[in-house]
Amino acid sequence: MALADSRTAGLNEAVKQSNAKGRSLWQDAGRRFVRNRAAVVSVFMLAAIVLFTFIGPIFSKWSIETVDWNILGMIAEKGYPSIETGHYFGTDESARDLYSRVIQGTQISLIVGILAAAIAVAVGTFYGAVAGYFGGRIDSAMMRFVDIIYSIPYMFIIILLLVIFGRSFVMLFCGIGLISWLGMARIVRGQTLALKNREFVEAAVASGVRPLTIVWRHIMPNLLGIVAVYATLLIPEMILLESFISFLGLGIQEPYTSLGALISDGAATMSHGEIWILAFPLAFFVVMLFSFFFVGDGLRDALDPKDR
Amino acid sequence: MLKFILRRIAIAVPTLLLLIVMSFFLMKLAPGNPFQGEKNLPKQVMDNIYARYGLDKPEWQQLLEYVWNVVVHFDFGPSFKYKDRTVNEIIAQGFPVTLTYGFWAFLVASTVGISLGTLAAIRQNSWIDYLSVGVTIGAQVLPNFVLAPILVLVFTLGLHWLPGGGWYNGQWQYVVLPVIALSATYMANIARIMRSSMLEVLGSNYIRTARAKGLPGWQVILKHALKPSLLPVVSYLGPVFVGMITGSVVVDLYFSTGGIGQAFVNSALNRDYSTILGITILLGALTIAANLVCDVLYAVLDPKIRY
Amino acid sequence: MNLTHILKAAAVASALMCTTALTANAAMVPEGTKLADDQTFNYRVLDTINSLDPDIVEDVDTSYVVLNLFEGLYNEDAKGNPVPGAAESYDVNADNTVYTFHLRDAQWSNGDPVKASDFVFSWQRAVDPKTASNYSYFPGLVGVKNADDIVAGKMAPTELGVKAIDDKTLEVTLNASVPYFVRTLAHATLFPVPQAVVEKFGLDWTKPENIVGNGAYVLAENKAGERVTLKRNPKYWDNEHTVLETVNFLTINDENAGVTRYQAGEVDQTDVPAGQFPALQKQMPDETFSVPQLCTYYFDINSTPNAPEALKDVRVRQALSYAIDRDVIVKNVLQGGQTPAYYFTPTATAGFQPPELPYAAMTQADRDAKAVELLTAAGYGKDNPLTIDYIYNTSEAHKKVATVVSQMWKEKLGVVMNLQDMEFASLLDKRHQRDYQMARDAWCGDYNEASTFEGLMDSTSSQNNAGYSNPDVDKLLLAAKTSKDPNVEYKQIEEQVAKDVPVIPIYFYAKVFLQKTSIKGWPYDNVEQTWYAKDLYKVAE
Repeated sequence: MALADSRTAGLNEAVKQSNAKGRSLWQDAGRRFVRNRAAVVSVFMLAAIVLFTFIGPIFSKWSIETVDWNILGMIAEKGYPSIETGHYFGTDESARDLYSRVIQGTQISLIVGILAAAIAVAVGTFYGAVAGYFGGRIDSAMMRFVDIIYSIPYMFIIILLLVIFGRSFVMLFCGIGLISWLGMARIVRGQTLALKNREFVEAAVASGVRPLTIVWRHIMPNLLGIVAVYATLLIPEMILLESFISFLGLGIQEPYTSLGALISDGAATMSHGEIWILAFPLAFFVVMLFSFFFVGDGLRDALDPKDR
Repeated sequence: MLKFILRRIAIAVPTLLLLIVMSFFLMKLAPGNPFQGEKNLPKQVMDNIYARYGLDKPEWQQLLEYVWNVVVHFDFGPSFKYKDRTVNEIIAQGFPVTLTYGFWAFLVASTVGISLGTLAAIRQNSWIDYLSVGVTIGAQVLPNFVLAPILVLVFTLGLHWLPGGGWYNGQWQYVVLPVIALSATYMANIARIMRSSMLEVLGSNYIRTARAKGLPGWQVILKHALKPSLLPVVSYLGPVFVGMITGSVVVDLYFSTGGIGQAFVNSALNRDYSTILGITILLGALTIAANLVCDVLYAVLDPKIRY
Repeated sequence: MNLTHILKAAAVASALMCTTALTANAAMVPEGTKLADDQTFNYRVLDTINSLDPDIVEDVDTSYVVLNLFEGLYNEDAKGNPVPGAAESYDVNADNTVYTFHLRDAQWSNGDPVKASDFVFSWQRAVDPKTASNYSYFPGLVGVKNADDIVAGKMAPTELGVKAIDDKTLEVTLNASVPYFVRTLAHATLFPVPQAVVEKFGLDWTKPENIVGNGAYVLAENKAGERVTLKRNPKYWDNEHTVLETVNFLTINDENAGVTRYQAGEVDQTDVPAGQFPALQKQMPDETFSVPQLCTYYFDINSTPNAPEALKDVRVRQALSYAIDRDVIVKNVLQGGQTPAYYFTPTATAGFQPPELPYAAMTQADRDAKAVELLTAAGYGKDNPLTIDYIYNTSEAHKKVATVVSQMWKEKLGVVMNLQDMEFASLLDKRHQRDYQMARDAWCGDYNEASTFEGLMDSTSSQNNAGYSNPDVDKLLLAAKTSKDPNVEYKQIEEQVAKDVPVIPIYFYAKVFLQKTSIKGWPYDNVEQTWYAKDLYKVAE
């Protein structure tokens, strides 16, 4: 959250100004985004990774859980990446195929990141929009509540939640998502405050549209830009958080894995001369995070009319 | 301003109470208890232990007594796991350690980050810009549980410069690696924020005016550009501070520094109720304080904000 | 009463005969050895050192610290046999129920004499419900009179069967003869505590500035999560034979970090992570050790009425046990000198004669075939797969064993094994509640005799996590207590357990560790891994 917050700082102003320009915002933004080479390359990288997680398994000779009995016990000598054995990325410490596991881990990390970010964005947007639109007492009560939650050391609450509810995959991203919507709520509230005095909202109010419908039909669509930026930056952060949870041994259940879990295993065995156990998952992890950051930055710059 | 601070402090009290109650019941929900070991204890023995720690009382009573002790006596009670230590002692011992390397990491992250970001912005598209972007990007995506073993492999096993763990009352050589491992990510973030905000300020009209008046470059930057471009950095410092404490989990586990992060994870895993509660409350209070300081600092720096 | 065969080594003589035969242990430095200038021993422990109060200490690593700070009536020698400690000798009455210990002239580290009353105080304190020690059951377990009733609050602690005849004479009364009683005296719960100091400082008496001990070392520093530092105690009665000046217990949570810091020379001894023994042995052949340990690694199969129907079928349980290739687990997964387990009691247990079980003698191929046959007969197979939930606690080694076993079962039997990794406290709770289908478990002997293992199969044992109940086994266990040669009963028990399969033994532990060649005097042959820093010394390299 801290990361996404820091990257979207200043965006508030920008979007407020750009809203005045109306429809052409998205066209302008699109043009600016395409001109940002790093962002465009990153979009392709992300697409390639996603595509790979779907196509990759076709070429795999091993499942994520099959133990290669010929290699078990001799990982350092025989577990290296090889076309011959069918372990393109080598094997892990239990002689399971790293290629399949990296693909599966990438999928899980992406899903955790996207789902957690989606929950955070959905809750945060709705909460912020409602608070901002209704204003007054409701607003200050709702925002005080956000302040309160903001003060809770969230990492520790996540650890507590995971300890209590065991290791359910659902709990994992729900827990992460539910604590990550605060920054989103603050930004959206600020936006809504600015939007609600605009003519089209006043017109809707005058024609007797119900308040929640106004929030849904008229406010939300105008928040899309900032939400998109925030969401893109939240995903890598959720992936990082998941990796930390995996490091603590509280991550996803075997035989399934995540990039965080694979990296954590690899980091532990780094000095055993089995560097591939760390290298492949780390490479995917790094490329993926970069791409999300660049896309997020690109989107932000594109939505910001001030030329940098 | 004073009213703003007072209001924030007024919110802090219910926040902390909520935190206590929430953590208290979360902990009770967790399966297992602090006294269950690998060997099962006879029921009689378990009952004696429960009585000793007051766990045989109804939960509301335990909660009330706990809150009373914390609020009135500032006493977090005895640790259930480390039986000859109180929670106050555990905090008193672990917190200075965390604070020491946290402070240095904070200092390194902010000074190096701000300087690197400023340099990169002034010399945009020069080698120093590319170097700083490269370093920051690397540090940003490398989880510190990967960075820590790499540092040890290089500086301990490879170069024999620094010890691979321990604390020994905070002698400098034991502090260096934890500080690097902890500060890298934040340093990178600060540098990146600083760079973009400095670029933005340098492009603004009043800097152009200042330049046009013929003020020397460094003077323009120090006197006019630095303060406004620090704003986004300052708003990020609160989260950095909290991150230092969270990050201490990895540092403590890997470098055996004996800080508060390790105490927290261990007590959560051991169901050491009193220690978890104590540390959670302490960290909650610190988080609130950090955010408050951060907001005040922001207000001081930003002339537009009036509370 | 019997079991005496195990006591040969202890040189416990018959009634009323005074035994002073054994000399105390100490660092035995051969003539001409060049000692290192820096006599500091850095020992790696996994976790934060817990309570240093002998009456309360519960975990193994902490008990190593306590063993150096305090001294019981008897210590263990390098082979695990009792040698005089705070006591010089003892007498025992005709029916082996009253022991009289003669204490030596020794001092606490503050100069006060060690008195028999300090033992009385400590033992009474250990069982006092107010102390609420996890180990309050221990004096009762080893037979000290009235201990269980005191723990239950039915009697005052002063009723405990221990009294000081005078300052140097301690009399202990047992409920019944316990042949291995002298062997239990090296356990921390039965150590003395300095009465005056404990009464003066209360709970704070174990703080570095207050603590007073009668061991060969005194506490210098205690930093939670980092280290505990001990210094030589000049007041120790055998101080002239102590060689090591300083002992550091360094907490390193991560085994791999432990190895790295060993290689950097920061610790002198550390455990080897599962699977790393061969590689490290190749690198450092003189510094890698693997010695047998009195522990069994096994799976519990829920044997209570709540168990799933499939697991109630003995054929299914047997098939599961047969299909595990223990050689692969030992040789290819753990690779640290562990031995495959087909029965429950470790082969290294003193006096234990391993049973000859038919399935242990088969080849793995035969066992696999038999497993398929049994499972098919029970109505399961690859087209009607059996699904089992297995719980284990978070750890690299447990994960590897679980992974490999799940694949063995899947490939051979078509069994789907759902792995559920949970943290230790949750696992203990589930196991204790018997709320599982199959669970990882391990048992280390409380003392070096087979009854500490076989006793787990008792339907009333609180350690019987599987909930196994077989009246025949209960009867045999009872008979073993008074049997002339309990090995006869043990053999029958093992055979019955192998038939019923309430547990699947996987392997017997080995302690696998790295140790610098400069460290000498380590008790490699002590299967309980009890070590005293006073017996060690460091040579110059």
